[in-house]
Amino acid sequence: MDKIINLQIWQLAAAYVFIILLLFIVKMRGIPREKEIIIASIRMTLQLILTGYILMYLFEIRNPITTISVIGLMEAFAIYNIYKRVKINLSARMKKIIAFSMLTGTTSSLLYFIFVVIHISPWYDPRYFIPIAGMLVGNSMTGISLGVSRLIDGITDNRHLIESALMLGASPKDASREVMDNAFDSAILPTINSMVGMGIVFLPGMMTGQILSGISPITAIEYQIAVMLGILGSVALSVILFVQMGYRTFFNKEQQLNI
Amino acid sequence: MFLLKNIKYRDILDIKQLHIPSDKITCIVGESGSGKTTLLRLLNKMISCTEGEIYYNHNPISQIDSIDLRRDVVMLPQAPAIFPGTIEDNLLVGLRFSEKPLVNQDKLAEILKMVHLNKSPKENASQLSGGEKQRLALGRVILMAPAVFLLDEPSSALDESTEKIIIEQLVDYVKQNHKTLIMVTHSKKIAQTYADYIVEIKNGNLIDKRRE
Repeated sequence: MDKIINLQIWQLAAAYVFIILLLFIVKMRGIPREKEIIIASIRMTLQLILTGYILMYLFEIRNPITTISVIGLMEAFAIYNIYKRVKINLSARMKKIIAFSMLTGTTSSLLYFIFVVIHISPWYDPRYFIPIAGMLVGNSMTGISLGVSRLIDGITDNRHLIESALMLGASPKDASREVMDNAFDSAILPTINSMVGMGIVFLPGMMTGQILSGISPITAIEYQIAVMLGILGSVALSVILFVQMGYRTFFNKEQQLNI
Repeated sequence: MFLLKNIKYRDILDIKQLHIPSDKITCIVGESGSGKTTLLRLLNKMISCTEGEIYYNHNPISQIDSIDLRRDVVMLPQAPAIFPGTIEDNLLVGLRFSEKPLVNQDKLAEILKMVHLNKSPKENASQLSGGEKQRLALGRVILMAPAVFLLDEPSSALDESTEKIIIEQLVDYVKQNHKTLIMVTHSKKIAQTYADYIVEIKNGNLIDKRRE
């Protein structure tokens, strides 16, 4: 194995030339984005440095309670982020369903992944647990955000069809089936598309990181395949739970469309 | 069949008492915005009254399962939805939704003939004209053979001669099969010709119920 190149401060600083290049381009073209670019660069740098130190600390103490607490924080942040991303005011019932779907979908996939697929010991080893949880939670968050938007738009846009189906004696579930299927499909499609291009169009971040840090590409690829399948499972499970329960919030107990 | 007692729906409808008999044709007439469609939607439980109670076969509809009621009391809105797919898909969708057994091609052809839709069941339904879509939706409801038909202006997109043929076919079917038809119509002529009872509504209030 070749020696790992540890980046010096000046080498890292040299990478910021790309930010300067981008600032130069937007300035020349008169695009008012300088402030956002500077804020994004500073935030990225500070957040990653902070995360690096926190991860170092967590990897050292290797405590199940702290590992679970970190996952809890990730979930809470992801759920809050879904509420913020959706542009429509969500009902309290819908918020509960989003939180339940996220927690159930991601934790069940994560536990399966940890205990069955990679079978780590101890099970709470933060070096594995935290990055894998991050990937499952992050992708499920994106999936559910898409699913929520598509479900709300679909029910609103197809109100006439859904009401007509109800008038013919359809159950709310049958009346909304097409909208639910479309919401699920839209939510899962980005994950499927990323699987198609993986390894040819782009090398995933996790795999690139592992290769750069000196791990054999074959090992990195094995992990990447397993993680990608875990992500697919987590997104699918979270989103299907969400659409199966989420549609009900649009109907009252008399099976009437409530929007 | 239906008995409405002191029912109110927001400030749209306010009816002290109304009895709609079974196995009869009842036409609901009145100006636009008088509450005719709201009345049909209340009978099909698409909405619930804010005060009072509606009885269906002596049972309060608030205590009847909405889906069961809608399978027995089917409503056809004024602008019925056409579902994606063929004419056949659209005819059968009501049976599928209400979990009733599907029918064969002969029955589909019979229904298409009854609503004067001279089309192949395999044609795409989205290509039909407004009047054809309305007849297709009517055929879909007839195929379900419910106990009660709630029809909201079922011939509003038809020309006068087609309207007459379709309504006559519908009335014959209802009488021969001992069904109940409750129909909103803008046409006093249709109401006077075919109805057993005419219910007139003005500004959400029942102003007359008479036997023709």
